[in-house]
Amino acid sequence: MSIRTEPMTINIGPQHPSTHGVFRLRVTFDGEDIIEAEPILGYLHRGTEKLAEERNYVQIVTLTDRLDYTASMTNNQAYCLAVEKLLEVEAPLRAKYLRTMTAELQRIASHLIAVGFFLQELGTFGGTPLMYAFRARERILDMFEMLCGARITLSYMRPGGVFWDPPSEFWSSLDEFLKEFPSDLAEMEDLLLNNEILMVRTREVSPLSAEEAINNSVSGPVLRASGVKMDLRVMDPYDAYSMVDFDVPIGSIGDNYDRFWVRMQEVRQSLRIIEQCVDQIEPGDYRLDLPKVLRAPEGTESYGKVEAPKGELGFYLFSDGGISPYRMKIRSPSLINLSVIDRLLVGWKLADMIVSLGSIDINMGEVDR
Amino acid sequence: MICVLEGFYQTNIIYRTIHGSLSGLMPCWSATIVTGIMFSLFLVNIFLVSTALMTWGERRLLGRFQTRVGPNRWGPFGLLQPIADLISLLFKENLIPRGSDKILFIVVPILIMMPVIMVLGVIPLAPGVALADLNVGVLYILAITSVSSLGIFIAGWSSNNRFAIFGAVRGVAVLISYEVPVVISLLGIVIISGSMSLLDIVEAQAIPFLMVQPMGLLVFFIGSSAEMNRTPFDIAEAESEIIAGFHTEFSGIKFAIIQAAEYGAMIVTSAIIAIVFLGGWSGPLPEYLGWFWILIKVLVCVFVFTWVRATLPRLRIDQIMAFCWKGLLPMSLINLLAVVIETFILKGPNGQLSVADLWIMCVINTIITVCTVIVLNKLISNKVDPLRSGSKILSQRELLLDGQGD
Amino acid sequence: MVKGLLVTLKNFSKKPVTIQYPEQRVSQHPRFRGEEFSWYEERCTGCASCAKYCPLGIIEIVTDPSDTAVKQGDKYKLEKFDIQLFRCMFCGLCVEACPYDALFMGSGFEEGKYTRNDMIITIDDLRNSPKNPSTWYRPQLEAKNYDPRSGQQLSWKEVGRESWNWHKTEKAGMRITPDRKQD
Repeated sequence: MSIRTEPMTINIGPQHPSTHGVFRLRVTFDGEDIIEAEPILGYLHRGTEKLAEERNYVQIVTLTDRLDYTASMTNNQAYCLAVEKLLEVEAPLRAKYLRTMTAELQRIASHLIAVGFFLQELGTFGGTPLMYAFRARERILDMFEMLCGARITLSYMRPGGVFWDPPSEFWSSLDEFLKEFPSDLAEMEDLLLNNEILMVRTREVSPLSAEEAINNSVSGPVLRASGVKMDLRVMDPYDAYSMVDFDVPIGSIGDNYDRFWVRMQEVRQSLRIIEQCVDQIEPGDYRLDLPKVLRAPEGTESYGKVEAPKGELGFYLFSDGGISPYRMKIRSPSLINLSVIDRLLVGWKLADMIVSLGSIDINMGEVDR
Repeated sequence: MICVLEGFYQTNIIYRTIHGSLSGLMPCWSATIVTGIMFSLFLVNIFLVSTALMTWGERRLLGRFQTRVGPNRWGPFGLLQPIADLISLLFKENLIPRGSDKILFIVVPILIMMPVIMVLGVIPLAPGVALADLNVGVLYILAITSVSSLGIFIAGWSSNNRFAIFGAVRGVAVLISYEVPVVISLLGIVIISGSMSLLDIVEAQAIPFLMVQPMGLLVFFIGSSAEMNRTPFDIAEAESEIIAGFHTEFSGIKFAIIQAAEYGAMIVTSAIIAIVFLGGWSGPLPEYLGWFWILIKVLVCVFVFTWVRATLPRLRIDQIMAFCWKGLLPMSLINLLAVVIETFILKGPNGQLSVADLWIMCVINTIITVCTVIVLNKLISNKVDPLRSGSKILSQRELLLDGQGD
Repeated sequence: MVKGLLVTLKNFSKKPVTIQYPEQRVSQHPRFRGEEFSWYEERCTGCASCAKYCPLGIIEIVTDPSDTAVKQGDKYKLEKFDIQLFRCMFCGLCVEACPYDALFMGSGFEEGKYTRNDMIITIDDLRNSPKNPSTWYRPQLEAKNYDPRSGQQLSWKEVGRESWNWHKTEKAGMRITPDRKQD
């Protein structure tokens, strides 16, 4: 006699303690196994691309801050690169170093959030590793406040360079950070990488093969964790990345643990890059003397891309000769990475669902724009 | 009229005092009844107040583990925080979901709280001071704690909510699985001490059973963590996955009672560990301060439970089951086997074990514990080193040379 | 697993990093873009560059022709200068746009009010508010090592990049690259 079971459809609704924002997922369960998963987006859509058509090129910098709100430096950087390509100018050398340095600091901050929340979803109740990650992130945000007056929505970069030079107290506190952070990082690794429960829950869970990843245009740490050797900072260097030396971690099968491991290693490499930037930077101009209201020649278009902490972030701009772009299109990494969620979830259990979702590291501000 | 039960109560100092002062006023049998009621109310009162303080204490402890301060706004050191929680919970709307079984829904918090309070009855706080010194105390405890799984399942079922049913089903599966190793580990204790009564167990501990049976303590600790739905086994109420599991739909005072039952279970389990494994009230202080010593031991156990909760992530349901049936059950069986053999060999002529025998058992058992843990670790876990052989860290030149991917 | 338990225990003995608000407050850095605005009426000409540059369009300026001197380079008479705080995102683009160094960001952040109308800063509020300008985008303030937290208020003569009688000797205008070299 066989028992008749009925699949149950549950709405992991837009309000949920751990879906990285307002994200809705309709999942069908058979007992504890997931047989179907359907994401429903659009709860945070704010019309960024349309708003950009009404604002001039410098005002859009403040709009781009709010896309991936956990990593606004790289958003700004991508946009400024796109505008500079449109106008066919290049930022001065010191501006490039400053951009690289702050982008790497932002990468550390964003990965700390990703790792902290990943562990929170695994169930460390109340979030002990989350608190440690946030404690370290506080220092980075404090430095950003010293630099540009705000902690999260930074608007630090402008087309043509950086907005302003860092004050003298920034350099000393950056030195202190570089000295103290590796020990914090080692402590977090101690807590986690040798934890059997973590291993058992994330190893071999939701693997993503390299071919599937490439076919779905996944980018960023998710792609690297699946074994594909791809990093925009190396393949297509922008800013000062061609002048610094760093390594790139590549995973093997793309399970949850690999994605987590790739992010932790990237934090270490970012520290290396920052140290080299601090050594190599020289006094100079930090911003090109562009007019306050920029106009690009009519009919020109450009695509500026960076390796954001979540993937490849790209801005496509098309100008019609006016003070605002005619069309701005944002290639957001989280939205495109989210398309593989079907492959990651089906066949695994309820308990893995939230963890796998967290391992892709999406940010709803970027997904819905 | 002669008090039929007076012989038993003479050993209990609290009974003696109350009974003595009352027997001038009323006949002996009613004084007995009134004493019983007063003592039980006294115990329940202490228990509930300590449960409330435990909500404060655990949050502060968790906060300190995370280098932050816990609640400290209400009252000195935040001690009035439970009262603030209680007031806010009392004012919340008391929902009964549509389509749920109304009577069951209302009764469930009492069902969950009841086993916890009933176990309190047999726990001795000082020599002779127990509400009821049953001579099958251990059996009573094990029987009553099995009832809690019923309460959880009814809570989930009567909520008419999919998440609640998920949580309830998982909870029941975990609870009934972990009953078995817990029972077997307590059997070892009973064999050594020779009786099931908790008072006798404490008196048989010339050296604490923590050292004589380390594996028993380990199994009991892990098993009762699972029984109480605490991390790393708290999938029945996993916050990040299914919102709140079996108690999703309970709001207001019902939720307060369920939370109190959970923290109360932790206190009661700590008390049981303190009595059975750590030696109860024995300590370097004189006898009448035994209650202070047992309080310290209970607090240490609570601290360890909270410490584990602050550190470890949650296991998945199939891993919990695997851990129970493949890990804890063999450990508890080996423990039982070892204890039986040793007792049989070392028993004195009248069936008692002397202190020297206990020390011998301690040494042997510790060696067995270490060996078993290592062997089982190798057998059931598939541990691989953190850096998998396929993963590598490439330098830029290698990346550009090999990578043709786009 | 045991290592993890030891790490947590070590952190148990560390001092908590929480800052108990409101008894203690985290102090801001000089460049902090706070919720207040410092506006110097003596320097403002009513050109409304700030209003034009604001991405959200929350500054409202209504001017009249000046009745003191109508020569070239003089200022308008300001009837209305409203900033709607409840929609402001404190990006500071208005400060960046001002060519006469008349508008500065403040350093406070406790500006909560109970009604929406209270959140609109009118021209009288701007005139009477204490002037603790943040050094954001004002290199001359940073060159003086001015610290807005110190409570020292600056008058309009001390905050400009040019000398105060600019209209007599220089043409008004703002250069993007400042005079001094950094670092």
